[in-house]
Amino acid sequence: MSTDSPTSSTDEFDAAELQALRERVDELESSVAETDDDGKKMTIIATKGTLDMAYPPLILASTAAAFDWEVVVFHTFWGLDILHEENAKNLKLSAVGNPNMPMPNALAALPGMDAMATKMMEKKIDDNDTATIEELIDLSIDQGVELQACQMTIDLMDYDEDEFYDGVVTGVGAATALQHMAESDVQLLI
Amino acid sequence: MSSEPDTTETLDVKGQSCPMPVVKTKQAIDDLDAGDVLEVVATDSGSMSDIQGWAEGTAGVELLKQVEGDDVYTHYVEKTE
Repeated sequence: MSTDSPTSSTDEFDAAELQALRERVDELESSVAETDDDGKKMTIIATKGTLDMAYPPLILASTAAAFDWEVVVFHTFWGLDILHEENAKNLKLSAVGNPNMPMPNALAALPGMDAMATKMMEKKIDDNDTATIEELIDLSIDQGVELQACQMTIDLMDYDEDEFYDGVVTGVGAATALQHMAESDVQLLI
Repeated sequence: MSSEPDTTETLDVKGQSCPMPVVKTKQAIDDLDAGDVLEVVATDSGSMSDIQGWAEGTAGVELLKQVEGDDVYTHYVEKTE
């Protein structure tokens, strides 16, 4: 390093200052990235595993991904069944407790009624060309939605990690969910 | 008759319902180049509002025109970047 001209000492000073400025810019850019409107983030907590309740999280997740949002869906309790390769194909609709069902609860509680209500719903889904749960899962994963399965409920329900669809993230818990929620513009509990 | 924008490609989502028209539009747009125009033909009446909302909220696309026909809704989306 030369000291024979005033410019070189200025350069030296600038280099240190430049470095500090660069670090500050990096720091600010990363904090801006978190709040950037173009990079919205959504976290959904999916807790229900009935056929009707499996739809809203997947429809919102796949649509948000079409907006280029970063999307995380954290599945816990019965919501795990949506990600369970075998159970996802057999999600049921409850005939009981739904006043919109064309039958009284006393009848709806009889054996076979849930299966009938589920068949009716599946037929409507088919007739209406509504996407199936499996199609929505494939679509969501294809579009980069992160589908997470709560580790505590996996253990509680005695599921095996390889029973879930490929691409499902396991080994996550409430802290991970909270972290994503805190970073998100949209947080939903379904 | 008003003229329709020149289109690069047509996406047929007739018979498909929410969220498919929007999601498929997004996937088709991803495969196009800047300046290309995608024509989306849908029968879902919700697609009028949904494609509009999606185009407004998504960077790099512009909704040029929407045409409401008899049970068919046609959307013209340009990929701008």
